[in-house]
Amino acid sequence: MKRNLWIFLAMTVLALAWFGRVNAQGPLPSDDQVNAVASQLFCPVCENTPLDVCPTQACAQWRELIRTKLSEGWTADQIKEYFSTQYGARVLSEPPRQGLNWLVYIVPPVLMLIGVYILFRALQSMRKPALVESEPEEAPAPDDYLRRVEEELKKRN
Amino acid sequence: MSETSSAPPPAPRSGVPVWAQIIIWGALLALLTLVALGLRRTQQKPIQIGDSLPEFPLVFFEGYKLQDKTEVNLSSLKGKVVVINFWASWCKPCEQEAAELEAAWRFYEPGGQVVFIGVDYVDTEPEARGYLKKFEITYPNGPDLGTRISQMFRITGVPETYFVDKDGKLAYAQIGPFTTEAEIHAIVDPLIKK
Repeated sequence: MKRNLWIFLAMTVLALAWFGRVNAQGPLPSDDQVNAVASQLFCPVCENTPLDVCPTQACAQWRELIRTKLSEGWTADQIKEYFSTQYGARVLSEPPRQGLNWLVYIVPPVLMLIGVYILFRALQSMRKPALVESEPEEAPAPDDYLRRVEEELKKRN
Repeated sequence: MSETSSAPPPAPRSGVPVWAQIIIWGALLALLTLVALGLRRTQQKPIQIGDSLPEFPLVFFEGYKLQDKTEVNLSSLKGKVVVINFWASWCKPCEQEAAELEAAWRFYEPGGQVVFIGVDYVDTEPEARGYLKKFEITYPNGPDLGTRISQMFRITGVPETYFVDKDGKLAYAQIGPFTTEAEIHAIVDPLIKK
């Protein structure tokens, strides 16, 4: 009887150890960690309001969703991808680099370069042209006809 | 007699080459065209009465079906009156009409001539499910992924409800919540009789 009781107790302990084990949970992501991701997203409803500063109930729900995803091990990129799929690319603070969105990244630097070039050419044209050094002017070769005319005039005088 | 003075040689032409000018102006024109198209899109008005509705697939939340299917295409519902309700769990006015919509659905469902569809707008799934459970909504609902459907309808907010006649054309648009079930009947009944 005593032996059976010990066996029963041992099995109970083993069973509890097997089924009752609890994985130690990591700490919940802090508000700073949540906001670090939320700041890269816009509120899907309020225009031009970053998700980390949006005061509405809906935004609070989305921040909690970010917290849940972070606690599940999702990376910031995965969370942004999820939000983009759910609510559209407009919630991303940075347009995805695909399709016509590439214009957003290419056009401004190109326009800036063109502007710099135009400015450079304008400044160049405003400079005074440099004086070209020329040889000292020589006396013009006496015209033979003029010489003879002057000789005639001297003779008459 | 020879001339001693000679005209100075013409200065070489400077400036942007012609080919570069063509490229720059062409690129500028293309950019302006894109901007104009984008602005035109944002200036579009919501769907008007009598317009044919855009085709959209909607995948329902788990547990919801329509005609034993877990997703629906609007074109498959021709011949029926369709009530499309845009809502969100964070939308307080939506809560005002939730019970009325569900009651109207339960009234019309046995007849098979009217279909109610709920489109969840920019919501989180747990809260959306909580909303559906809270108001015991039984007509099929699904999330508007990527806000594609709401952009097709060009909604201005929630709640908005669109009534589609049997020919697939918009018959009525309700902007804001219904206050009574009778309001829904007043819109749907004439559409059934047509």
